[in-house]
Amino acid sequence: MARQQTISNKLVWTVLAWILGATIFFPILWTVLTSFKTEAQAISIPPVMFDFDWTFENYETVQERSNYSRHFWNSVVISVGSTLLGLLIAVPAAWAMAFVPGKRTKDVLMWMLSTKMMPAVGVMIPIYLMVQSAGLLDSKTALVIIMMLVNLPIIIWMLYTYFKEIPGDILEAARMDGASLKNEIIYVLTPMAVPGIASTMLLNVILAWNEAFWTLNLTAAKAAPLTAFIASYSSPEGLFYAKLSAASTMAIAPILIMGWFSQKQLVRGLTFGAVK
Amino acid sequence: MKTIKKNLLATALLSATMATAASAETITVATVNNGDMIRMQGLMADFNAKHPGIDVEWVTLEESVLREKVTTDIATKGGQYDVMTIGTYEVPIWGNNGWLVPLEFDVSYDVDDLLPAIRGGLTVNDNLYAAPFYGESSMVMFREDLMAKAGLEMPKAPSWNFIMKAAKEMTDKDEGIYGACIRGKAHWGENLAFITATANSFGARWFDENWNPQFDSAEWSDTLNFYLNLLNRYGPPGASSNGFNENLALFQQGKCGMWIDATVAASFVTNPKDSTVADKVGFALAPDNGLGKRGNWLWAWSLAIPAGTEKADAAKSFVQWATSKEYLELVASKEGWANVPPGTRTSLYANPEYQKVPFAQMTLDSINAADPQNPTVDPVPYVGVQFVAIPEFQAIGTAVAQEFSAALAGDKTAEEALAAAQALTERAMDKAGY
Repeated sequence: MARQQTISNKLVWTVLAWILGATIFFPILWTVLTSFKTEAQAISIPPVMFDFDWTFENYETVQERSNYSRHFWNSVVISVGSTLLGLLIAVPAAWAMAFVPGKRTKDVLMWMLSTKMMPAVGVMIPIYLMVQSAGLLDSKTALVIIMMLVNLPIIIWMLYTYFKEIPGDILEAARMDGASLKNEIIYVLTPMAVPGIASTMLLNVILAWNEAFWTLNLTAAKAAPLTAFIASYSSPEGLFYAKLSAASTMAIAPILIMGWFSQKQLVRGLTFGAVK
Repeated sequence: MKTIKKNLLATALLSATMATAASAETITVATVNNGDMIRMQGLMADFNAKHPGIDVEWVTLEESVLREKVTTDIATKGGQYDVMTIGTYEVPIWGNNGWLVPLEFDVSYDVDDLLPAIRGGLTVNDNLYAAPFYGESSMVMFREDLMAKAGLEMPKAPSWNFIMKAAKEMTDKDEGIYGACIRGKAHWGENLAFITATANSFGARWFDENWNPQFDSAEWSDTLNFYLNLLNRYGPPGASSNGFNENLALFQQGKCGMWIDATVAASFVTNPKDSTVADKVGFALAPDNGLGKRGNWLWAWSLAIPAGTEKADAAKSFVQWATSKEYLELVASKEGWANVPPGTRTSLYANPEYQKVPFAQMTLDSINAADPQNPTVDPVPYVGVQFVAIPEFQAIGTAVAQEFSAALAGDKTAEEALAAAQALTERAMDKAGY
């Protein structure tokens, strides 16, 4: 009886999980499907799901009109560059907060998080002027730095949570064996925190890849990443949904594939320390 | 050995010099993603052949993003763009601020050929600050078959009363056909463009001559109540979410009896590739109420050169090419006359080939019927037909647009929406020091 109940419980949760997953995935699926429709089919009422004449016309148009590879490369440099730079700063910071906490560590952590509460547009003009006076408008350098700063609180918070799970005794033992601070972080702490660091990296690459405020406002032609590539296909006068969907599919495909292959790592990292 | 080295060095230096001489100056052009603009990008071979020393980089963006970016850039003298695509709203303000380079072209450009209404909207203190790439007004696009079925005949210049009557007769909700498809989406460039232009024909105005907001007038009440009645009775469901593109989609699928919107839509609804009603569309002037002003707007997407650019000469060469008579002929030769950017030059409308395009004359008549310098029945202190050319208008306009859209959605009455519009406009204008 109890066994039967467990099975039916599992079934209910599985069905619910699938429904939730399908609901979340549906907009992406719809975007991909729309990218293979003509503009007329894309807006047809009632909408067509699969029963339409599949066409690659939109992808051809997007390829002809835009320099996809340049936008793609800019996205890679900005997202990976800002994440690596962020980790360089965040690993020592999170180590200090996790293993040598001070009286105000919690306050500092909260303060860092509070910077995420301000709408980005609130600091738009000062940051724009700073970037402009540094001669870095429309440069990847500026975006790597800004994306790093934007995501740094999240990186530090995530790493801090992972580091807190690592027993301090192990680090102490390393210290007693004569390990320097640098060696302790590089050879003892980091290998133990690899799942956490990896998931932090992955999540931040995704966040930086999808960021569409600073990447749109601080770039023009040279450093514009895939977010700007997508934005160029929206039109105030004229149908554009199918072409926009093709551009969106091309923009999200790399990060979707990366997420697909690394989902185990991502889930493991995100649930690390969730159950004590 | 030494001689070889010397020769190699000399060759390298010479190559470097030649490469520098041959390297082109690159200008960055910011533009919206409209069909005419995209077509131009495909015709750049002609420009490159005529100006081999100039390379063009394109930054194509959605309208509101573009507006935000170019405004930030020009206000801070960011210098990211050498040519900007801006509208008739920005030109008077930016021209007055000294943010744009005045445009002076040689005789071959024939500046007097520009349509007077469009040229007037882009001129500040007798200086032309932007060259029109394409111009538009608004007009009535209607289904000739449904009009005939309703036993009515669309006049060339209909009244609002006729529009209400025709909408009633053409509506067949069981068949999914709605008499009037009109913008309801909340934005100063969407529903408010239509409502403000309509208000002009009802004798309403945004401000009196002393900049006092006028939403508490009887004319505004008549305008908004008419708009709400028309759409609530004969408009499609969810009209408060419909902008240009949503109505275009509805019309192309045969769901609308009439669509009052931008003249540029004529080429879309008559294109058999996308439109199911391409051969059944008629055109008429925007309606009036017999007060001497029609409910049509005036807009021109134009190319301007920001004062901060260091490449003004190259930018000017590009602007001159893109807005010239020769460019219109180039488009006609490659894509046909129906695809030529409309509404900028008098000579285009005198061209017998262009006169064969079904919507050509109606577009010209609509543009000529709009007067941005005197847009209303009673005098006003501002320029602009469907907008007020002051920097504060974007924020005020969108807030007012939200009130009107809420009234259309049924969240408030017309009177409540107008009272809120009056209060918020008074507050904003006080704050701005008017």
